[in-house]
Amino acid sequence: MNHLTQASAIVATVAFILALNWMNDPKTARRGVYAGVVGMVVAIAAAWAQPDIIHHGWILIAIVAGFIVGIPLSMVPLTAVPQRTALSHAFGGLAAGLVGVAEYYLWLREGPEHFTTFRMTALVAEIILGFLTFTGSLMATGKLQEVKWIPQRAVTYPGQNLVNLAVLAAAIVLGGMIIAHPVEPWAATWFPGIVVLALLFGVFLIIPIGGADMPTVISILNAYAGLSAVAMGFVLDNRLLVTAGALDGSSGLILSIIMCKAMNRSFANVLFGAFGAAPKMVAGGEQKEWKQESVEGAAQILEQARMVVIIPGYGMAVAQAQHKAQELYDQLTKRGVTVRFAIHPVAGRMPGHMNVLLAEANVPYSALVEMHEINPEMPQCDVALVVGANDVVNPAARTAKGSPIYGMPIIDADKARTVLAIKRSRNPGFAGIDNELYVKDNTWMLFGDAKAVLGDLVRQFSTSGMH
Amino acid sequence: MTTDYWSMAFVFVLATFIGLGVIRRVSRLLHTPLMSLTNAISAIAVVGSLAVTGSDYPPVIRILGAVALFASMTNIVSGFLITDRMLKMFKKE
Repeated sequence: MNHLTQASAIVATVAFILALNWMNDPKTARRGVYAGVVGMVVAIAAAWAQPDIIHHGWILIAIVAGFIVGIPLSMVPLTAVPQRTALSHAFGGLAAGLVGVAEYYLWLREGPEHFTTFRMTALVAEIILGFLTFTGSLMATGKLQEVKWIPQRAVTYPGQNLVNLAVLAAAIVLGGMIIAHPVEPWAATWFPGIVVLALLFGVFLIIPIGGADMPTVISILNAYAGLSAVAMGFVLDNRLLVTAGALDGSSGLILSIIMCKAMNRSFANVLFGAFGAAPKMVAGGEQKEWKQESVEGAAQILEQARMVVIIPGYGMAVAQAQHKAQELYDQLTKRGVTVRFAIHPVAGRMPGHMNVLLAEANVPYSALVEMHEINPEMPQCDVALVVGANDVVNPAARTAKGSPIYGMPIIDADKARTVLAIKRSRNPGFAGIDNELYVKDNTWMLFGDAKAVLGDLVRQFSTSGMH
Repeated sequence: MTTDYWSMAFVFVLATFIGLGVIRRVSRLLHTPLMSLTNAISAIAVVGSLAVTGSDYPPVIRILGAVALFASMTNIVSGFLITDRMLKMFKKE
């Protein structure tokens, strides 16, 4: 390592830390992107300027190809951001895994002095983490993109956790044996076995995970991708990889913790608990009926309110209803109604998903309020308008012990004076749990596609001369 | 080849704590762009794949490096671009 590499590593590390630091406020956040770009360009330039680099053709081709694929990937609709993110975790894992494989065979070729226990351990960790992140993230991408041959619902079978853990254990044992005897001929032969086992484990890990757990799973895969970069740093003796990977890993860790807390579940429970397969609750007591409201009636209720809280969920994203939600926000705000959007941390398919969708629809971020900030205000709220959300407003989370969502913090929609809930069908939500919010005395249902219903509501305000 | 692995481990621990401290203060509004930004940043793995691709190694190994380089570069380009695209949309009023 020469002075150029070391100096560039320091510059890039500073740039990356500043980049994340500026993300603490939407006003300075874009500066963070520029800092990140500066750090990256400096690091790449320094790495490319090394005297060891004598073949430039393939590097150029790979970089150009990266631009050709990367630019369209950055222009996907914002509803598709979760799958783009999962796909980028897959690419991150793949890069780490491939470099690990390349390094092992290079060391074999160049001589046994390369193999210290420390470096070999880091290399095996890099390969296992990298390849399991690769297939795990590809599976998550497939589920989020609703690819036909990957079931979106959690798929479970008896002994599943045992099978999964056995595959991981086999990868670790094989890795351990190769760490102990890295230069034996059988080690070189069996080395690809670690890769295959890690790839398998990644697939198995995601099969039992349903859509509602995606925010947590994407965060965990984010942490794995970061850790595989750290392991690569240990392998290559490169501090910059270690610092940047650690920043990414800690970000994934914090997001995972936030997501788990927002569902009142542990990591282990998300990964091995198969949420989507939770047994259906048998409703106790008498079966209550929904009460349906007309669009005209709902518009009147909304117009007479002083404070309206709109609670969006994944259904809003599916129906592409965020723009209509913004129009309703405009119409109500014009009439002096205070309108807030209440955002549950796990609403949508990745952390912060709802915020991005609503920001795209031109809702100012001052109107986007977090769950724990809005909840104390819910008793003063005149109308809670639920748009495509279900489990995050289900009061069973507070009361029904034994319900899969028991203990999960929810937005207290039921404490509002009136609840209006837009729902596409009469089926239960993603977790397959009945929602007693919909049958409460002060709840009125608006059945239909969220975009169509919100559009009808907006039309009530804009054309029928309501003032 | 000797690696000063204690100092590497030291760097890792310190960087993790800096990361935890900084990320905890990130606005909750921005968790989606945060993820795409850290994704681009961790694609710094590009410096490793660049060395593997460009050095005087056998072609098989350099192909592995080139694929890794392509994957990292895709993350860098799409990560920074989409982060900026999303952040542009956040307006106060």
